[in-house]
Parts: sequence; structure tokens; C-alpha cells
Amino acid sequence: MTTPTIDESREVEPPPSKKSRRAARIADAASVGWKLMIFKVIALGIIDALAIYAALVLIQSEQWVPAVVVLAITAVANWVYLSRGNLPAKYLIPGLVFLFVFQIFVAGYTAYIAFTNYGTGHNSTKESAINALMLSAQERVPDSPAYEVTILEQFGEYSFLVTDPDGEIELGGVDRPLEPVDGAEVEDGKAVGLPGYTALKFAQIVQNQKAIADMAVPLSDDPNDGSLRTPDGSVAYVYLSSLEYDEAADTMTDTETGTVYSDIGTGAFTAPDGTELMPGWQITVGFDNFVRAFTEESIRAPFFSVLIWTFVFAFLSVATCFALGLFLAIVFNDPRMKSKKYYRVIMILPYAFPGFLSALVWAGMMNQEFGFINVVLFGGADIPWLTNEWLAKISILLVNLWLGFPYMFLICTGALQAIPDDVQEAARVDGASAWQIFRRIKLPLLFVAVAPLLIASFAYNFNNFSLIYMLTGGGPRDVTADVNVGATDILITMVYKVAFVGSKADYGLASAFSIIIFVLVATISVIAFRRTKALEELN
Amino acid sequence: MTSVTQVETAAALNEADGSSVLGRKARTPEKVPLPRRRFKRYFRETGWRHLIGVLVGLFALFPLLYIFSASLNPGGTLLTANALFSNVSGESYVELFQKDTHPYGAWFVNTLVIGLITAAGTVILGALAAYSFSRMRFTGRRFGLSTLLVVQMFPQMLAMVAIFLLMVQISDIFPAIGLNTQIGLIMVYLGGALGVNTYLMYGFFNTVPSSIDEAAKIDGAGHARIFFTIILRLVAPILAVVGLLSFIGTSSEFVLASIILVDPEKQTLAVGLYKFISDEFSKNWSVFAAGAVLAAVMPVALFLALQRYIVGGLTAGSVK
Repeated sequence: MTTPTIDESREVEPPPSKKSRRAARIADAASVGWKLMIFKVIALGIIDALAIYAALVLIQSEQWVPAVVVLAITAVANWVYLSRGNLPAKYLIPGLVFLFVFQIFVAGYTAYIAFTNYGTGHNSTKESAINALMLSAQERVPDSPAYEVTILEQFGEYSFLVTDPDGEIELGGVDRPLEPVDGAEVEDGKAVGLPGYTALKFAQIVQNQKAIADMAVPLSDDPNDGSLRTPDGSVAYVYLSSLEYDEAADTMTDTETGTVYSDIGTGAFTAPDGTELMPGWQITVGFDNFVRAFTEESIRAPFFSVLIWTFVFAFLSVATCFALGLFLAIVFNDPRMKSKKYYRVIMILPYAFPGFLSALVWAGMMNQEFGFINVVLFGGADIPWLTNEWLAKISILLVNLWLGFPYMFLICTGALQAIPDDVQEAARVDGASAWQIFRRIKLPLLFVAVAPLLIASFAYNFNNFSLIYMLTGGGPRDVTADVNVGATDILITMVYKVAFVGSKADYGLASAFSIIIFVLVATISVIAFRRTKALEELN
Repeated sequence: MTSVTQVETAAALNEADGSSVLGRKARTPEKVPLPRRRFKRYFRETGWRHLIGVLVGLFALFPLLYIFSASLNPGGTLLTANALFSNVSGESYVELFQKDTHPYGAWFVNTLVIGLITAAGTVILGALAAYSFSRMRFTGRRFGLSTLLVVQMFPQMLAMVAIFLLMVQISDIFPAIGLNTQIGLIMVYLGGALGVNTYLMYGFFNTVPSSIDEAAKIDGAGHARIFFTIILRLVAPILAVVGLLSFIGTSSEFVLASIILVDPEKQTLAVGLYKFISDEFSKNWSVFAAGAVLAAVMPVALFLALQRYIVGGLTAGSVK
């Protein structure tokens, strides 16, 4: 296993300076081997092909910045791998690309979202919000003329081929206002086909009836002109919105009630009495989300209680697991004890069992009506293990103790055994009692070794999503809160619930909470690193 | 730093072997006490340790026995699962694979595939980076190492909202790698590959003496050859540990998998089983139990088989 036989360029002797560098280069080139070279060329070729394809698609959809980024990264990669030297870059680039996109970029993106009102009802541009509003308020014009229509299909997209009452032939689709076309096939004064498109047969129209009935083709660029819709796929009528958009004044007017909704900078058209027209659009709101988190009573109270519980939970988790783990490590670290191996295997099992499953199993066992603990262990008692605010917190700590003590047991055992025997012997010779040896010698040495792991464990539990979410779901829910949080929610489950659970998603607020966690974790780690001086050990 | 690592790893490995025999032998030749006082003495020395061991063992083992017994109780609910091992049959295991509402087979395969690819990718990306940090000296190396230390403090799931919105935008342009695709999820997981594991690998790479590299270099081997044929073999244990930890980690990851994978037949075990149990909690408890047992068999088996490496890796990580 040590040194594989390497025949080539063995005869290159180490000659002086300039020559030696050249020789080294030759040796390097010779030893890369043709297999590696071919692999390199093929891999780079595939990556380049994919990158160019991606760039073309991006350019087609007018995403200029991503296109430039893709091309730039590919160019750098090509340069690095095809040139001599740049050795560190050759080894680092593959990992760095993923790291930048899915860790560093998304962190920055989180910060950006935290300053917007992104969420349900605010997830698009103002333009598409206006279109969506006009569409949703559309009604058929009572005396609309009938437009003969043929449904065409191209690349999986439907279009209307319209023959208007004056006999003019026009083509349009969703988001593509009607435009006159030439070259249509006409039968009995009705356009029935267009080269390059497939006309749908009656059976196909019936099959896709819902999609076709939902289509609204704008008559012109101005959304106030209304659009065409066809209930049956052969005749279309003009539909007009009861809302009217005034571009100059930037207001929406409800033509039935006469209410004027105006853009007052909140990301939605708002009436004087405060009613908003939904959907709105995405705007940057500055520090609003943070201000809401810290000042709005219905968010601040639950947020602060979640924050405190997060710290308490993380600290107590580490403390209880470490206490039990250390105790067991000491108990089992006796050379006289036999068959330690079997105990050890059994104790590792909770750690090996997938965490999310453990939480679900415990949730079953702690069920108030049917769970094993109440029904069997407590003889049919009715203890609300997971539904009482305080008991749920204790249950979570108990389950986390079950999950976490094996890990602490393992590392404490390792650290205890790494303490050299002669230190203990010296202490014994000096007349120290067993307790003194433990308290004054073993424990400090042990802490030095496990302190970084305890910090890491704290950081892990700070974001221990699956335990909380699978065991209690964050419940019991706090009904007074404006956001969906409960008594056992920690920050990370709160972020998840605000963004993804329930019908109302508030990405902006969730991201603001994420940023707050970022700041907290960063502060804690800076303090921790200062303490452990881990950074100083880099060489 | 490295020496402590080795000591601890060695200690942990020894313990895993159960080979603290030396210590035991040194102490056994003591005088056998009078039979009358034997038990008392035995209890004072090691008996109570066994008592604690049995108690803790029960605590550790019970939930696992409970779920195993529940899985053998066909058609069982949460309530009937309480009579442990009263019914023994494999029906739930069969039913698990037959219902369309919960495509367990697909979940299982998905988890396996996503976990394996992510683990392989993590090992490759991490090893490449660790090699360059350990063996090369370049500007920005110190900065890079400390950045990695900082990055690993921030789990990816903190940015879940941004990841979700990014995937939504990607799927507008490239539906094949966007939302609701497993490739997309794997790419997201690989974004976390460098952060967590490179440091662990870096420490282990440093324990391989660089005189080996130099010898190979003098013999004419290039950097790629040294890396692929020499170093990678010498650091195989840490590769196994990182691969395994990454596999176990991704296969039970919930947050990102649940927001990226939408269709039931594309989901992983963690997402699928959670949805399954939250939809019909106490009704199909035995089917869920069977699913849980099957899902756990592989990680537990892997863990026990590679116990000594993992324990070594855990303690090695302590001396960052």
C-alpha cells in the first residue's frame, strides 16, 4: 500500500536550478497519464456543452446576469484546468461552485428577501399583478359581438386564431395581444388553420376544455380594452374587467362601485378605507420585517418566547445529554467490568436510529389517549405529554436525552481513555483521593478535549428542527399570536412554519427571522472561537 | 493537534474492540475473598455498574422494541400496539408496498439514490478541497480554512426560504433541475458538502506524513497521481466516515427535502413517512411502524458495522 511502482521518468536525475524545474515539469506532464488527460477533456467538454446550452436558454429568456455568470464560471474553469499551475484552484473549484451557489449566494438572497414583502399575495411584479387583477374581475360584455375562433397549438402552447366580425384575421394568446396575420387557410369566411401551427380537433378541444376556457387573450396592449374568451372553443366574446386601470394616475377604479384604489407604496392597490386589492406585488420594504418582529405585539410576544425557549432548549439538551453521557462513561470506564461491549452496542442504538423516526415513534408513545406511556406505564392515566405547554417542553428534553446521550457517552469515553495513566498515578502517589483525581485532574483534561464538541452540539440543537417538528409540531399552539407558532417552537421551526405551513406564506418575515438566527449563531460562534482558540491552531 | 487526534482515535478504537484486556489482566490476580462477602464485594466493585447498564439499556432499547412489536401487529392502531408482541405477522410489511396513497417503495429508492449520490459527491468534493488545503501553500489558504470553519456554523436550512425561491426561479428556466426534481435537491445538498466535512478531512489528511508525497514526487509522480493513487488510499477511513455521515445525514434530512420535492412519488422517506403519519396518525400505526423499521434497518446496520470508524471520526473532530 505504501509506494506504488512508478516506472516512467525515473531516470530524471535532479540537476541544478533551471533545468530541474523543467525536468520537474516534464515529469509532472508525463505522470499525469493519458487516461487522466482523456477524462479531463471529456469532463470539460460535457461541462462546456451544458454551460453553453444553459447560457443560450438564459439569453433567450432575457436573464442577462445569470447568463454572464454561467459563462464566466465556465471560462474560469476552462482556464484553470487547461493551464499549467493553478494547482490549488484545480482541487478547490468543484466544491467552491456548489458552496457559492447553494450556501453563500442563498445566504445573501435570504438577506435580500428579508427586506421585501415577498409572500402570499406579493410574489410577482406590479405589471403582472395588474393583469391578474383585471383578469380576475372580468365579465362578459352583454352586447359583445361574436368572434369566430380556431384553437391552434404550437410547442404545447395554445393560441386563438380569430376571425373578427369585419372578417379580419388575427392571432394571439395568453400574454400575447391579438395581431393581424397573413397566410391563414380560410373556409366559409372563417380562418381554420395557419402554417406552422396545428388546429385542434373537436375531440382535443373537449379534452382540454378547462385550459381553453381559462384562456383570456388580450385584444390590445392596453388591459382596459378587455380580452377574448371562448366558452366552447369555436366562438369567442369580449370580456371586460370591472376594474379600470389608469396608468397616468397609477390607480385602479372599480367601475361598479366607483371606489378608487391607489398605489400608496405598500405593494398593493389600496382604497381610502384601507381595503387592499389582492394580488399585490413585491416591493422592498426596508427594515419593516425586522421592525414588525420587534415591535408588533402579536408577533413580538411569541417571537421572544420562542427565542428564550430556543436558548433554554439548546442549553439544557447539551447539559442533560452530557451529564448522563459522562456519568455512564465513568461507570463503564472500569477495567474490572466485564461485557462492556454489549452495553455499549445497545446504548449506541438510539444514536444510530434515524432521528426523525425516533421523534415520530416517541410522539406515538406519548400520545395522550392511546400512547404506551399513558395506557401501560401509567395505567390508563390521561397525562397531556405533548399538549400541555410545560409538559411538552419536558417531553422534548426527555426525548432529546434519549437521542443524544449515546453521542456524549462515546466522546466522553474516548476523552477519558485519552487521559494518560501516569498523570493519575502521579496524583495517587501524591495522596490524592479518587474524587480529587476526578475533580482536579480528569475533569479539566476532559473538558479541554470535549469543549469544541459541546459547542458544536449546542449549535446543532439550536437548530434541531426535526426533533421539535416531528414530536410536537411546535405545539401546543399559541392562539393569541398573529403568526403560526406554539409553545415548543424554536426559531428554525418558526421560520419553516411562517414560510411554508398554512395558507398564508410570509417569505419576507421568515427571512428576517432567518437573518436574526444568522446573527445569533455568528455571535455565539465568535465567542466560542475566541474561547477555544481554534482559529489559532491553523497552520 | 494531530498527535492528540491519534491518541483519541486509538483509544476509541481500542474500546470499540473491547480490547482493554490489558488493564483487566493486570488486576485480576487478586485474592479471592471469603464466599460470604463475595456478592457484596462484587456489587461494590462492578455489580452496580451492571445494574446501571441494564437500566440505561432498557431506556435505550425500549422505544425500538416497541416500534418493532408494533410493526408485527397487523392492522394495528396506536392503542392495540400497546400489547407488545401479542400478535406476530408480517402483513404490515406487505401492505406497506401495496397502497397507492403511500408509495413506500419509491420513497425508499429515492432516499437510497439521493443519499448515495450526495455521499459520493460530498466525499469527492471534500477530499479534493482537503488535499489542496493540507498539501499546498497558496495565498488565501488561511482565509479559506477560516471561512470553512465559519461556514459550517451556518446550516443550509437557515436559508430555506431563499433556496426554495431560487429553485422556483430555476424551474422557470430549467425545469429539469428546479423545484420538484431530485437532481435539484442533490445539488442543494452538495452546496453543504465543503462546509461540514472538509475540516474533518483536512485534519486527517494532515496525519499522513508528507514525506510519502515527496518520495512519490521524486519518483516522478504528478500531483493527480499522488492524490488519486496514494493519498486517497491512505485516508480511506476518513472517506468512509464522511461518506457514511453524509449518507445518514441526507437520508434523514427533512426541511429541504420537504420544500423541494412536491410529488409523493418523488419524495424521500423522511418527508413521506411524516406526511403519512400526520394524515392518519393512530389508524395505520402498524403500517407506519413497518415503514419505520425498514427505513431504520440500513442506517443502523451501517452504523454498527462501521462503529469503530465513526467513533474514531467523532473524537477526531473534537480536536479542531
